Amino acid sequence: MTESSQTALGGNRIESGLDVHALRARFPILAKRIRDNSFVYVDNAATTQKPQSVIDVLNEYYTDQNANIHRGIHYLSEQATEAYEEARCRVARFINAPSERQVIFVRGTTEGINLVAQTFGRQRIRSGDEILISTLEHHSNIVPWQLVAEAQGAVIKVIPIDDRGVLDLEAYRALLNERTRIVALSHVSNAIGTVVPIVEMCREAHQKGIPVVVDGAQSAPHMKVDMQALDCDFFVFSGHKIFGPTGIGVLYGKDEWLRDMPPYEGGGGMIQSVTFEKTRFLEFPGRFEAGTPHIAGSIGLAAALDFVEEIGIDKIAAYEEEILHYATEQFSSIDGLRILGTAPQKAAVLSFVLDEAHPHDISTFLDQDGIAIRAGHHCAQPLMKRLGVSGTARASFSIYNTREEVDKVADSLRKIVRFFKR
Amino acid sequence: MNELFDLYQEIILDHNRRPRNYRTLEEPTSSADGYNPICGDELKVYLKLDGDKIKDISFQGQGCAISKASASLMTVELKGKTLAEAEAGFKRFQEMLAEEVDQEVDFLDFGDLASLSGVRRFPARIKCATLAWHALEAAVQGQEEATTE
Repeated sequence: MTESSQTALGGNRIESGLDVHALRARFPILAKRIRDNSFVYVDNAATTQKPQSVIDVLNEYYTDQNANIHRGIHYLSEQATEAYEEARCRVARFINAPSERQVIFVRGTTEGINLVAQTFGRQRIRSGDEILISTLEHHSNIVPWQLVAEAQGAVIKVIPIDDRGVLDLEAYRALLNERTRIVALSHVSNAIGTVVPIVEMCREAHQKGIPVVVDGAQSAPHMKVDMQALDCDFFVFSGHKIFGPTGIGVLYGKDEWLRDMPPYEGGGGMIQSVTFEKTRFLEFPGRFEAGTPHIAGSIGLAAALDFVEEIGIDKIAAYEEEILHYATEQFSSIDGLRILGTAPQKAAVLSFVLDEAHPHDISTFLDQDGIAIRAGHHCAQPLMKRLGVSGTARASFSIYNTREEVDKVADSLRKIVRFFKR
Repeated sequence: MNELFDLYQEIILDHNRRPRNYRTLEEPTSSADGYNPICGDELKVYLKLDGDKIKDISFQGQGCAISKASASLMTVELKGKTLAEAEAGFKRFQEMLAEEVDQEVDFLDFGDLASLSGVRRFPARIKCATLAWHALEAAVQGQEEATTE
């Protein structure tokens, strides 16, 4: 992800030393055939596929361990509670949180951001205040803030980007002012892959006493995310984009904020005592986890993080950068193809348009060849508008994607160009 | 690949490359935006009526080959028709797209619009084909916009 090697790529065991074919064998779905073609899955920014180890723990949980947590005084309930809390510790180690209590399980990034917006945001934002986001944001880091802004009479301000998709840091500095109450930034753009300099941006916001919320949906799967190094105030990510199950995600928050935040949802599991007159809430994290949580999901996520650490996140980052570099080269040679997002710091997301074919037509054609990409606005319509397109076709890579797959996609794209040009 | 060629027939590619009635209308009787939230595609349909009759119809906007060709074919088909005929046309068009894929259906009575029958095999693309018609329906009903959702 950083300025690592961009040397010649030879064989499948390339610079990063990752044995891709051995690794692919651990993902059963990759052996699937689609319309008589081998399956080429390059829609990883939407969701990643799951290794057998994750599938197995989900199966084992429901086969052998299923019970509700924090309630039953019986054997399985105790086991489930222990597994759920162990998963919390697993996540805390993965993101280097000072304490596992700062790890709150949510449904995904969207819920995590909404939780922060509706509790911390509402508490903090008053009429005339400003919420600062960037042009790169996914709708899930725009809409929750708009809801709060509308309710409180606050204003959304937006950090501009240049034509490469790089944030204008000078504009950022100028936008940080005494009315700015929260900065909310995506760490990596889901649509064009830009990696945002979060450490630097947090430092500058903190100098003015402004907390920073980071949407880590696209960064956690692809680079080391160390909460103490980033020093962000909140960090949110989804399990399903990091080889884990859907429906489970993580909200990390700094102790000083979580301590005073009001509950998000009310219900069982988040209370100390209830009378009809008055309810006393649990401390965090329990305060923010009303109802029966996604127990299996948390265990699946822990298994996914085990998988990531077994491979090594730095190795993953290096391999993905190689694949991105190779794909960028291959795609660039295609007649009439234009890549959107050319930031020097980029995750393995390749967004492009063709002169001759609309992204939806591209996607339909690729699908016939067994290739899964994403076409459309990628839930980032303001960014699309800034780039002057209604949508793009997006290939997003993960550790199991090979150079042969990149070649297949490029060949298929050339076919499309020929077809629409004739 | 046969299904693909069925979807992207020559006539569709032609209407995509050279969409007919692709312009704004001076002083339209009404107009409406059609919006597909899935892809963000947006097109505007303009309508000029003479009593109950469609005197002129046009469209503009961004879209994939299917949505553009469908809009183009729609305007060609409906120019000079009555609103009742247009309504019946939309109904018939939707029925065509809902036909079972394996069913051999005769769309001969449907003119050039029948070239869009291949969309049946691509459920994800049906909304591309109906976008312009939804916009037209909104324009007729005096609404400013329509979505495919």
